[in-house]
Amino acid sequence: MMDIHRCFRCGYCKFPDDFSKYNCPPYARFRFESFSPGGRLWLTRAFLNGEVDFSKHLSEIIFSCTACKNCAENCRMGFKDEIVDWIVSARREILERGLAPPFVRDFLENIRKYGNPWGLPRKQRADWLRAKKYDGDDYLLFLGCECSYEDRGRSMAKNFVEILERAGVSFGILGENECCDGNEVFMLGELGLFQELAERNKKTMSELGVQKVIAISPHAYNAIKSYEGFEVFHYSQILWDLIQSGEIKPGELRKTVTYHDPCFLGRYNGIYEEPREVLNSVPGLRLVEMERNRKNSFCCGGGSGNFVFDLLRGSYSPARERVREAAETGAEIIAVACPACKAMLDDAAKDEGLKDRVAVMDLSEIILRCGIS
Amino acid sequence: MDIYKALVDIVGEEFVSRNEEELYIYSRDSGLTEREKPDFVVMPGSAEEVQKIVLLANKYKIPLIPVGASLTLSGLAVPIRKGIVVDLRRMDRIIEVNRLGRYAVIEPGVTQGKLKAFLERNYPDLCHSMPDAPPSATVVGNILIHGQGNLSQLYGFNSTMVTGLEIVLPTGKICRIGSCSLSPYWFAVEPLPYLAGIFLGWFGTTGIITKLGLRLYPRKRLRDIEVFVLDDPEKVADVVYRITHTEMAEDVITMEQPYPMMFRDVVLVQIYFNGDSEEEIEFKRKMLWNSVMNYIRSRDGGFMFLTPDVQEDFLEKPASSVTRFADVMKGGGFVYCGAIIPVEKFAEALRKLKEIAKRHEITYGHVGRIVGRGHCMMFSFSFPFNRADRASMERAKEALHESYLATLELGGIPWKPELFAQKMILERMDKNAAELMKQIRGLLDPNGIMNPGNWEVEP
Repeated sequence: MMDIHRCFRCGYCKFPDDFSKYNCPPYARFRFESFSPGGRLWLTRAFLNGEVDFSKHLSEIIFSCTACKNCAENCRMGFKDEIVDWIVSARREILERGLAPPFVRDFLENIRKYGNPWGLPRKQRADWLRAKKYDGDDYLLFLGCECSYEDRGRSMAKNFVEILERAGVSFGILGENECCDGNEVFMLGELGLFQELAERNKKTMSELGVQKVIAISPHAYNAIKSYEGFEVFHYSQILWDLIQSGEIKPGELRKTVTYHDPCFLGRYNGIYEEPREVLNSVPGLRLVEMERNRKNSFCCGGGSGNFVFDLLRGSYSPARERVREAAETGAEIIAVACPACKAMLDDAAKDEGLKDRVAVMDLSEIILRCGIS
Repeated sequence: MDIYKALVDIVGEEFVSRNEEELYIYSRDSGLTEREKPDFVVMPGSAEEVQKIVLLANKYKIPLIPVGASLTLSGLAVPIRKGIVVDLRRMDRIIEVNRLGRYAVIEPGVTQGKLKAFLERNYPDLCHSMPDAPPSATVVGNILIHGQGNLSQLYGFNSTMVTGLEIVLPTGKICRIGSCSLSPYWFAVEPLPYLAGIFLGWFGTTGIITKLGLRLYPRKRLRDIEVFVLDDPEKVADVVYRITHTEMAEDVITMEQPYPMMFRDVVLVQIYFNGDSEEEIEFKRKMLWNSVMNYIRSRDGGFMFLTPDVQEDFLEKPASSVTRFADVMKGGGFVYCGAIIPVEKFAEALRKLKEIAKRHEITYGHVGRIVGRGHCMMFSFSFPFNRADRASMERAKEALHESYLATLELGGIPWKPELFAQKMILERMDKNAAELMKQIRGLLDPNGIMNPGNWEVEP
């Protein structure tokens, strides 16, 4: 954070590349300059210099950043790639000073004790899923916390497992032995715990001889890629491979669909086209783009643990704005490829009263809906 | 009276703050002027809410500081006498675009970026005059400080492009000026008495703009640039005269800076031009080349070869290179005196800029923009500083203050001057004009609540 003073607070970071809308989730939500990336960096510096005392409000400003990386994408300065690191470092500093706000403390404590942010029993991680344990299969299917415990995430996992089984793909899961991937833990600044989780997962996977991993959650995909030593795929890539190779052939679906890019798939890992290819392979499906898409996508507001503690909730929430944007395209389905996005947007569609107009569905669900042969 | 509660009643709890964090952020801009924390920050969502805030402030004689993106770098939105900062960026609707009449009606929170994107998407044959400020700058804020944009060489200061205003006066009345005062159309402020002048350039001391009509202009399909390079600054004024005489250029920018070294001791005159066809572009290019052919023949100047990367950089709109100047010293800051001077003073201004920089042991940069057909120019005396190095901040501040003085000595006027420079201007201004300013303010704002400290004429 030695260079944090280099932020001029010019504001390029608030926008997508055409400047059409505010694209920083907390700034779009709260509109006070303090919630912009520049405001957050200036306040972080002021906190470190002792100009501003720590407070509940400061913690909300610092932890409401979803780490969506729009700021880094659109900053014009030489330090652009460090911005998210600075936010993570600020959080780390807060944690190390013992100032973690309760919602962050509970989130991290639950992961430390139970391996998931909700504090649910480990045995519930995969006891609901009928899938075999990994045993030297071609792929390890890594579920991640959202797909293990959250209803909408679970349905994503079930759908994908069904497709894998019908396509005859050799895969297995870790079950109770799977541990939180740690992506959010890292983004919240608890680097020690992240290291511990990463080591634990690495050890489990290495001992089983895992070489290839499929992650359903882009957050897990991002974290496991950083473990090193494994070939990691996002499930959208596998779906596209199965379609390309003719292992599965989607049936017809006469629907207008828009695709919402998850931050940890798109901006973090540059995977924009495979999910679209999957959708475009469905006969009759009309794919329309939202105004903000690909590297300019607007985050659902769920990153950095916000899918649990949701500091951005309310009628101006990014998820609700995103659902409205999707509805404006005339789409009947918002296609998602991330369990956090699915939950956030699904709730938002309900809150906006748009549930009957736009259904939030993940790629596997769409493929199954149209029928596969 | 519980002012906080009263503000909450007006705009809702979500849009009022008295938290230390907001007070800190709104106590300063990115420049080096003095800082003061406001008592509250409020974000109204409509003219009616602005009106209620003004009435409240008037009743209790609380200073009001209307702000856009706070990007002047000269502290014009710093609440130097505390009070209520009114962040207008929630009011960001583009209310109307009249395509055939080529004007738009916008709210004060509309950013340069938003209007640009909106027009490109919905009215691709229209554009507005866009400054090289970051896209987060507000259109209205730029107009209220007499900003300049890429069409200023053609049409003058951006403030001359106003076609109508809706203002909440300091007493709380909502007032419309121009054709919109008696018609549904916002086409012009003329031929009525020119009341708009009471609000433009006054830095929010005479009211809060809640709607503004703005001239739009033809947007051509193609845009190109030629960069004329010469090493004798004395010749720049004549080069500009010749280029502007052709009436082929859209925008004319001057640039001089010591780094990178390829730019040292040469002046770049960037000439932007546009057209709807290649034929039009090539015709204009030819006219522009011909206009300075005598300098090419005498080897006093020549056009620079631009690689595609460099050309793309030059054509970026807004030019982020202007903002990136803040990172020259890897220090996150720069200040500048935008001197509005006669173009004939270019060489002298450049000489002074270099002297000032040398005296204060600081690096510098210069970017200038021709306004009108050479009627005047904005000549920036720019100095980067390192926000983490107090000494460098002090040097930049001293160099800036000296630049204000140099501007006045050149017969120019500092643009969007900080308080220090406002005082210098008022001291030198025709006494009766200064008195008139004071009388106008007193008449409009009897309680002196509007952005106090700015444009204050000493008794």
